[in-house]
Amino acid sequence: MNELLLVVTIGNERVALPAAAVESVVELESLIPVPRAAPHVAGLSALRSRVLTVIDCMRSLELGDTDCSDGIREAAVVELDGHHYALIVDLVEDVVEAASDPVPVRAAMGAGWERVSQGMVETEQGPLLLIDVAALVAGVEAKAAA
Amino acid sequence: MDDLIADFVAECREMLEALGGEIVAWEVQPDDRARLDSIFRFVHTVKGNCGFFEFPRLEALSHAAEDALADCRAGRRTPDGALVSAVLAVIDRISEMVSAIEAGEDMPTGDDNHLIDALAPGAEGATAPVVAAAEAATRASAAPRTIRLSVELLDRVMSTVSDMVLARNELARRLRESTSDVPVDGAFERLSSIIAEMRDAITRTRMQRIENLFVGLPRMVRDLSAELNKQVLVDIEGGDVELDREMIEMIRDPLTHIIRNAVDHGIEKPAERLKAGKREIGLLAVSARQSGNQILIDIHDDGRGIDGKKLVEKAIANGVLTKDEAAQLSPRDQLALIFEAGLSTAKEVTAISGRGVGMDVVRSNVERIGGIVEVDSKPGEGTRMTLRVPLTLTIIPALTVSIAGQHFAIPRSAIEEIVRANGESVTLEHLGGAGVATIRGRRVPEISLASVLGLESQVGEQDRTLVVLRPAGGDVYALSVDRIHDHEELVVKPAAPAVMATGLYAGTTLADDGSPILLFDPAGIAAVGGVKLEVQERAARIAEGPASSISKATPVLLFRGLDGGRRALRLAVVDRIEEVSSSAVKKTAGQLRVQLGEAILPLAGATASDIGDGKVRLFRLNDGVQEIGYAFAEVIDFATVDRDIIHAERPGEISGVSLVSNEPAELVDAHWLFANNAAAAAPKKEQLVCLIPDWDPWMQNMLRPMVEAAGYRVIDDAENEKADVVIACLGEELPDNASHKTIWLRAEPEVANTKDFSIYRYDRAGLLTALKTVGAGRGK
Repeated sequence: MNELLLVVTIGNERVALPAAAVESVVELESLIPVPRAAPHVAGLSALRSRVLTVIDCMRSLELGDTDCSDGIREAAVVELDGHHYALIVDLVEDVVEAASDPVPVRAAMGAGWERVSQGMVETEQGPLLLIDVAALVAGVEAKAAA
Repeated sequence: MDDLIADFVAECREMLEALGGEIVAWEVQPDDRARLDSIFRFVHTVKGNCGFFEFPRLEALSHAAEDALADCRAGRRTPDGALVSAVLAVIDRISEMVSAIEAGEDMPTGDDNHLIDALAPGAEGATAPVVAAAEAATRASAAPRTIRLSVELLDRVMSTVSDMVLARNELARRLRESTSDVPVDGAFERLSSIIAEMRDAITRTRMQRIENLFVGLPRMVRDLSAELNKQVLVDIEGGDVELDREMIEMIRDPLTHIIRNAVDHGIEKPAERLKAGKREIGLLAVSARQSGNQILIDIHDDGRGIDGKKLVEKAIANGVLTKDEAAQLSPRDQLALIFEAGLSTAKEVTAISGRGVGMDVVRSNVERIGGIVEVDSKPGEGTRMTLRVPLTLTIIPALTVSIAGQHFAIPRSAIEEIVRANGESVTLEHLGGAGVATIRGRRVPEISLASVLGLESQVGEQDRTLVVLRPAGGDVYALSVDRIHDHEELVVKPAAPAVMATGLYAGTTLADDGSPILLFDPAGIAAVGGVKLEVQERAARIAEGPASSISKATPVLLFRGLDGGRRALRLAVVDRIEEVSSSAVKKTAGQLRVQLGEAILPLAGATASDIGDGKVRLFRLNDGVQEIGYAFAEVIDFATVDRDIIHAERPGEISGVSLVSNEPAELVDAHWLFANNAAAAAPKKEQLVCLIPDWDPWMQNMLRPMVEAAGYRVIDDAENEKADVVIACLGEELPDNASHKTIWLRAEPEVANTKDFSIYRYDRAGLLTALKTVGAGRGK
């Protein structure tokens, strides 16, 4: 078991994204809002003639807003069902190797974290929460509808 | 059919090529099962296809080979050298025939029986005719230069081209920003045009005639109707419309489903049809046509139609609708219920089209590719289903607009017109918070894009631009935007589900400057903006009523006459308004006349006693030839007569009365005015007189009408009157009363001598010129 994990910080919390799902890490410059879209959709951005749908992870996790006003944001680009998404994170730290299979977290987490959690994985940097990218992209409303 | 044969030939060729190595390998090792299987597949395919195309010889050959190989596969027979040779001979013959079919030639003559016999167990080995194979090879080289490509490869090229367009757009932007360099711009222009050409070509490679979709329909309908004991005639039109290959595959299922429904539920049994007074044979018309960047496919049957009320009852029973909701449904909405899941009016469930599951699937399938299904039906008369699908999925001409600084695109196909909110003939009103725009008398609901999107617009309502949209299949509405920018061809990609979920957008694209733009879905905006399409349609019709009569309304000048009467004169006859001193108005020669400069015009609208001291104001009326004056006290307004006119009983100065600007006004009859005043005024022009000998039948019959048409009064020499001009033939004596003007006619086209001023008698232009010269001389 040596799955690679991308360690990012969202809302002062260090979490892991499956590195295989992440195409690249980019710095978003411009952000075009999408009026009327779900709140966690921060907008659209362009990357090499591709349109990225930008997901505000803070809102998707019900942790509040990411302040996008200060310009450049770091984001992890993932592809889901043929669409490209940019997940806005506070910081992209490192790539680490998973030392264990994900195991359920038995303690109570916040509702937002609970929804996107794939379990806890052991790494050399200690236990990290593995994030389900699809759930993160789907946001609050999709979960409620399903 | 030709396409199918071409496909068949291509397929055979492909298999033959692939088989080339197999055959040789099989010859070495006749018991190799894998080789046997692939050869078996080939003859099997050929057999199956040629049964369809009626190539009996091919079929017999492939059938025989298939039988022999099937025996081997089943273990009833061991392949030996003789069988291998026999099969190879058959394959060679097939290849030869396929080449002939491909070249459009007749089948090569010859008897195949010895080949078939050679396949039988224990038969003497037939040798493969080497000559035929060689011949086939030379023929193949003459075949059209085509290759078969996988659609995936084409898709990859297409998407690369799309990206190339985007890259070009970005390059264009950077070039605009930097200082212009003529050679670079020139090179860029060339690159642009090459890319455009390439995009065009690659788009076309993906196009296919819709015939491919239609070709199977007659057979399907025949089978269906036979099964259902119905008689149906299929009428197919527009098979040459071209459509994206993928699109054809996408609409295959919905189309099939609609047709099955039409035959099963729509068209009645013959006896029923006769009872309803229809022909026994039901008619199913399928047609395709291109409309802008959409393809419309109509499926029309003359069956029993859809009963909207039954649908509503069913929907209520199934809990799809509440009674209150049902009561508010328009006829169109009622019919649209067939697209709801689980609704069908068919009494019994049939194997053909099931239980009404399906129409909802049809709709969702069509909508997934950006299309629309519409239904229109009259009970007893039939049903029309219309599929509207986009021509291609990728490139859409669009208009970019902006609101609150953000850019959006609107598909151009949905745009009907663009007007300024503060323009002429446009008014914006608010009724209970809802916007209503009146554009040239037509009332259309207005949606503010700012409020739909929840954005703050900095532009005042009156300064915005209204984009009048007609979503496919819907009714018009006006969308107010801050600004209109540009027409652009956009490469549209589907947006992420979270974006599509808003219902407002059809996709995303990149603008020239590389920033993402959202493409609106006009129907979605209407839905989110709360425009009720059916209600609106009726309202629009009501508004159109008076609007159309306004266009027929006559503009008039409303004024008060000298006697205080409220009158109206058609604006067209009023030349201008003059003011003269009352001394210019005199009663002379039994009529009131007014002197205007050098001219003296008859004056109507007044009597001598009406003219006091001081000034007299009058309209100068003109009928194109003559002028008269019409005195009045004051001009009230410009207005239009759009109400009924109550006509006067007797002809006179007033032709009738009508409500003008909500008060009655007398309409002055300009024709009567001119008839009674102007005739006397115009000096009678004296007609020129032309003398034509009465004894000359040619002159009387041929020349006279022409001369008269030129404005002359024609006399003959019997009348003792002085003529202005005489027309005579050369060599004749002139009558006594001739004037000094004479036009001589000669019979020959050529001039006899140079002093001859005569005119050839069929020289019409010359004659007319001569006559006109006379007239002009007289005028002085």
